Amino acid sequence: MAVLNEEQTMLRDMAREWADNESPVTAFRNMRNAAPAEGYDSAAWSEIGQMGWGGIVVPEAYGGSDFGYLSLGLVVEQLGRNLAASPLASVGPAATAIAMGSSDAAKNDWLGKIATGDAVATLAIDEGPVHDPATIATAVADGKLSGTKEFVAEGDSADLFVVAAADGLYLVAGDEGVTRHSRTMADARSHAQIVFDHAPATRLGGTDLTQKIVDRATAVLAAEMLGMAEQAFAVTNDYLKTRVQFGQPLSTFQALQHRMAKQFTELELMRSVVEAALEAIDAGRSDIDQAVSLAKAVGGETLKLVSREMVQLHGGIGMTDEYDAGLYLKRAAVLEAMWGNAAYHRERFARLNDY
Amino acid sequence: MATAAELDAPTKPLDTFRHEARDWIEANFPPALKHAGNAMATIEGPADESADETAWRTAMGKKGWGVPTWPQQYGGGGLTSAEARVLNEELGRAGAFNPIGGMGVMMFGPTLLEYGTDAQKQKYIPDIAMGNVRWCQGYSEPNAGSDLANIQTFAEDKGDHYLVNGQKTWTSGGQWADKCFALVRTDKSQKHAGISFLLIDDMHAEGVEVRPINLISGFSPFCETFFTNVKVPKENLVGQEGQGWTIGTRLLQHERNSLSGGGGSAARMNAGNGITALAKQYRGADEHGRIKDADLRSRIIRHEMDQRAFALTLRRAALDAKSNQGPSAATSIMKNVGARITQDRAELGVEIMGMNGLGWEGEGFSSEEINQTRVWLWGKAVSIYGGSTEIQNNVIAKRILGMLDHQ
Repeated sequence: MAVLNEEQTMLRDMAREWADNESPVTAFRNMRNAAPAEGYDSAAWSEIGQMGWGGIVVPEAYGGSDFGYLSLGLVVEQLGRNLAASPLASVGPAATAIAMGSSDAAKNDWLGKIATGDAVATLAIDEGPVHDPATIATAVADGKLSGTKEFVAEGDSADLFVVAAADGLYLVAGDEGVTRHSRTMADARSHAQIVFDHAPATRLGGTDLTQKIVDRATAVLAAEMLGMAEQAFAVTNDYLKTRVQFGQPLSTFQALQHRMAKQFTELELMRSVVEAALEAIDAGRSDIDQAVSLAKAVGGETLKLVSREMVQLHGGIGMTDEYDAGLYLKRAAVLEAMWGNAAYHRERFARLNDY
Repeated sequence: MATAAELDAPTKPLDTFRHEARDWIEANFPPALKHAGNAMATIEGPADESADETAWRTAMGKKGWGVPTWPQQYGGGGLTSAEARVLNEELGRAGAFNPIGGMGVMMFGPTLLEYGTDAQKQKYIPDIAMGNVRWCQGYSEPNAGSDLANIQTFAEDKGDHYLVNGQKTWTSGGQWADKCFALVRTDKSQKHAGISFLLIDDMHAEGVEVRPINLISGFSPFCETFFTNVKVPKENLVGQEGQGWTIGTRLLQHERNSLSGGGGSAARMNAGNGITALAKQYRGADEHGRIKDADLRSRIIRHEMDQRAFALTLRRAALDAKSNQGPSAATSIMKNVGARITQDRAELGVEIMGMNGLGWEGEGFSSEEINQTRVWLWGKAVSIYGGSTEIQNNVIAKRILGMLDHQ
């Protein structure tokens, strides 16, 4: 655990308590079964808005708390533990794009609403099934943006899109020129295709803004993955202690103990790299890109290990829909691919280090 | 919040002491030794001391600064840990080093200070503080490796003395040691509670035989040690009879601390692009300057990331400890991850060099290549000594994850 200040500790504890009381895994399961169009739990999102978590990375002048990315990561990690279906991980980085790149008027229009949860903003970056920010065909002419974005998280309901065009980021608000196509995916969350056809768009300024924002989104995602991995591991550890075979709890078998010790070891490394990425963002370090790729690559491999072991170590019950292991497995695989899988980030890390 | 900057920043200025230390080092450190290493702290064996080295060791010993935080009454420096950090910084600044080390300093001394009688401390600690004696560790036996409590070396009660018989093994530096702290059995009817902690005063006495063990790397840093009817006075018992397991495992904590510090220095030593440069040198680069062999490159990337994650974990654990959150659970993984990284690094090095990475000695190989072979082979010990990787995994499973013993 990173060394936290008082407000961060309070925020983390509050998020954990809220997630355990108000958003346990059964809440996610209920959302999945009800299958609302927005792909998240809107009642829970409204509570999150009231608690101000939408504004954790929004500047104070615009109604946020400006606690920073480590704080946002701590909250998202707690929500991730219980697979809480909320757009928070998309909203934060999108808010930063607006805070960094837009006019005061646009900030006034949107940041306050984002901070209170009254507006959902999201990122529309990729144009294919694999993260590839270097290949973007979306273009803007005369303030009108056209292009097709794939697998846009919260795309089914977002009020506001931060869209990557070939020459940088743009803000698209409202439905003019915007068509949404739902995609039903294994994790039962919203990942829509968004077709922009001459949608009115405002340029978001700043150098390398696309990369900065995608890096932030990736770091927050890694925090969600950390929460999931830790909880998946904890559930498996508990299960091994209760499941009796050959007259003994499974947890007494050394072959299984060592598999758990291996996962624990990787989880400790994962925590270090994820927290370091979030801290690098808050400190404004020059090597945020490296820190983020390290976090996503190491974190992706660890979540993959832990979520697959969760199913295997549960045995047959892990294969049933009634049990939670499958929910973690399916969400894990989606997050592993999102914003670049481990191989993508290893290659990026290697290029940054001249390997 | 407390950040990395806080950890990495110099300790708070303790100005008066800093100036005292700086002046003293300036007056006493022989400039010829600048940036030399501490020969005593290695287990490779004692190099013959030069006059400068003797002078420096003697000066530091008399000052008590070889063991800066130990009590002055036993020859230590009596410094606070903050002052000791300042001293370390000043030594580093001057290109100097602490010339006093070894198992007496790292492991035995702290344990004796905790459990010894005043007479025992008076007898043994000042010599350790002066760097006058080398201690070795009589723990492992042929049938007591991972199952250390199975030791059989027997100390028979003969009234005013014990008569010790048995065999120890993996005695690091036994062939160069003057004295030995040993776990011996004083009661054959109980496993853990039958163990005592006994000091063997003279490794050259009659009945003590030390045979170096030749390792696969060609090094012989470890020995077999045989005790045959060795008389040991009763006052050499540390603590009570039967208290040896408690005292002995306390000593192992000191060992682990120094080993995970070793993991840290291994991480620093391996850091950077060394392996990448080596790969480009031996295997070539493509037109973009990347390591040509894509499969090798991919494995180097994984290794480098593993190492970076480990370095961040060491830093996180240090910050945890500093902010008084107590020892971090992360410390339990250090030994295994440090070993894995050290061994991966050596395997990559050998692979990159091809047949040249397996040269043993003589012509046809650079010294770097010969060294690579030896380092690779020596590195196989890292996951075995100090609690094997499997034992560490048992510890994680049982103590941290709460998984129970099989019945």
